Amino acid sequence: MSAHMPRHLISIDDLDRAGIERILDRAESFAEVSGREIKKVPALRGRTIVNLFYEASTRTSSSFELAAKRLSADVVSIRSAGSSVDKGESLKDTVQTLSAYDPAAIVIRSPNAGAAQLVAGWTAAAVINAGDGKHEHPTQALLDVFTLRRRLGTLDGTRIWIVGDVLHSRVARSNILAFTRMGARVTVCGPPTLIPRGIETLGCEATPSIERLHEAEVVYVLRMQHERMSESFVPSLREYSARYQVSPGRLRPGQLLMHPGPVNRGVELSADAIDSPQALIGEQVKAGVAVRMAVLYELLVGSPMLEAVA
Amino acid sequence: MSAERLFHRQRPGAELLIRGAYVLDPRTDLDGPHDILIRGGRIAELGGPGSLPGPPDGETLDAAGKHAFPAFVDPHAHLRTPGQEYKEDLDTGTAAAAAGGFCALIAMPNTQPVVDEAAILGSLVDRARREARVPVGFLASITHGLRGKELTEMAALRDAGALGFTDDGLPVVSAGMLRKALQYQRLCGGVVSLHEEDPALSGDGVMHEGAVSARVGLAGIPSVSESTMVARDAALAAYEDARVHFQHLSCAESVRALADAKAGGARVSGEVCPHHLTLTDDAVRTLDSRFKMNPPLRTEVDRRALVEALKSGVLDCIATDHAPHARHEKEVPFELAAMGTTGLETAFAALLTELVIPGELDLATVVERMSAGGALYGLTTPRIAVNEIANLCLVDLDARFQVGEEGYASRSANCCFHGRALCGRVLLTVAAGAIAFRRPMLVQLPTSGFARGATLPSGAGLGRGANA
Repeated sequence: MSAHMPRHLISIDDLDRAGIERILDRAESFAEVSGREIKKVPALRGRTIVNLFYEASTRTSSSFELAAKRLSADVVSIRSAGSSVDKGESLKDTVQTLSAYDPAAIVIRSPNAGAAQLVAGWTAAAVINAGDGKHEHPTQALLDVFTLRRRLGTLDGTRIWIVGDVLHSRVARSNILAFTRMGARVTVCGPPTLIPRGIETLGCEATPSIERLHEAEVVYVLRMQHERMSESFVPSLREYSARYQVSPGRLRPGQLLMHPGPVNRGVELSADAIDSPQALIGEQVKAGVAVRMAVLYELLVGSPMLEAVA
Repeated sequence: MSAERLFHRQRPGAELLIRGAYVLDPRTDLDGPHDILIRGGRIAELGGPGSLPGPPDGETLDAAGKHAFPAFVDPHAHLRTPGQEYKEDLDTGTAAAAAGGFCALIAMPNTQPVVDEAAILGSLVDRARREARVPVGFLASITHGLRGKELTEMAALRDAGALGFTDDGLPVVSAGMLRKALQYQRLCGGVVSLHEEDPALSGDGVMHEGAVSARVGLAGIPSVSESTMVARDAALAAYEDARVHFQHLSCAESVRALADAKAGGARVSGEVCPHHLTLTDDAVRTLDSRFKMNPPLRTEVDRRALVEALKSGVLDCIATDHAPHARHEKEVPFELAAMGTTGLETAFAALLTELVIPGELDLATVVERMSAGGALYGLTTPRIAVNEIANLCLVDLDARFQVGEEGYASRSANCCFHGRALCGRVLLTVAAGAIAFRRPMLVQLPTSGFARGATLPSGAGLGRGANA
């Protein structure tokens, strides 16, 4: 537990393997808290956490809010609709205004790459990236690694396929980095129009063909957004589903199935695949709270945990 | 000067002796220490160091250890006037040019309103005569409002002083529209200059498409977006025997297309920017919007191809594409930030530091290409020779300085070299015979010990700054 913790969590690149493991170990102890009747520890009592969401979000925003509350922090959640953001206030002005409340952390979700990093330059608070454009979503990657580590013990040597719209996916980018850092071998698979040129330089393989999907121990399916059809990234939903939809017929027994949500039933995943015992989708959501508690704790408190959890 | 379609506020000719400067002018074969005597704004005499007396009613500058070059000419700058004077105006823009060693520059027409009518150009020329510190030439737009639909009154615009035409900032998407402009050029003259980009390929791209865009999740602009248009328009230029200039070329494929066109006899030329010669898309990993420009920073392979093409002459000149923006337009996430970097005040220092000192390019080539941009538009090239109007700059190659937020003559500070220590400070600029710039005080970092005098070692200890 001697891993170095960064001041902010903007990118998976902020963490080395030991840092990821330290957060996951901490998350294990918080998962235990989540199993208690009173799901609360006093670790962040008296400290303020601002959730600043410039983009629609259900599970990420709710799990960050719950994570902060279970650590006894005061939480302010701001969504762009109905806020001064709606009135044209710049990101910088908003952040400087909120910083006047002296928050311990600002959690930010933005439609634009680099937003979290900019915020970090404008505030004394620790900044946690809850998704910035198509760039990164590091806490999603951490909860996915957490979920897999619980199931498999280790990711070393695990073959993971990430299937779907990689081009527009911040989850894909953070997960390629996190999975490979933890020793997994990652292949991305999707229509050639949705695989970014140069993706191999992140340390994965890329293929347009789903034929070898059976090689994977873990199949991680990405959300396929409907607007990609109108943009001609794929000719039709039907053609996409025929080529890339993951259904029980494409899965072999024992393969684990993951998805960051929200799922388009019948598009990237068939309904029976979602509900199959191979799917870890519910576990992923559950892991979200514990992992985000761990991230907040590690960035804001850091060292001895025993008295905090006790 | 107005015969040359350059406009500025007239000032009395300099009376000045520059004593003992190391004079380098590849066009006049000057390459050694000399005295330069300027009388009434003309170079009156050149002599051995310490041989000439100072002018009776002027001053003498001790320039031992400093370098004198023909002043630079920038064929591509955005002075944001009319309409966006909060970014730059004719006074601050030409002050920035003078501070960077430029004796003349050519302003782009993508202002608000666009310079697409003779009356607009006429008022701009009047303003330049009142405000410009160095001579400014103007390009008018090819199409009304840069919309690519109808030609401007090109002949009237030429009569009003336009050096040529460009829709810079945007490509002329329709080959048919461009062809008409090239045909019309036979009547009115003037160079047709092109920002090359296929919008269908660029899409909503904000940086070079490649490994870095894949990593950071920004939409990419592929190299072929530029090079396919260069190839198309070079073919049109050849077919119409038109004079076409390609602006701010950024990639290896474009260089090949330009070389092919030149080899085939087309009357085409090309410019390249200091940032494309010294930086790569690797810098965008930081998501720092100072590195957002169009065309985007490309790969190391492209950067090397540009340097080689500049050496060989396939690329004719260096242009800054000085593109000032207000702080609030850059202090936003990368995708939302305005495109462009300032460049007038850092162009020479960036090239000296990143290319000359590491030995990629020799100093004479940089000096030659930095002063070559005007001739492409029919302007007189600055020369250090007796009887020439004085257009020269004095530079301390040893002076190191930190590029920061402060200290610009430009109204804007959005410089892609921000944070770097660069060598080479312009101390004095004489433009059109008058002193246009003089560094009031020189805040120096410890000197690099480089280039005290004649020879330029190929690796003087200052390696390429990491492209980050």
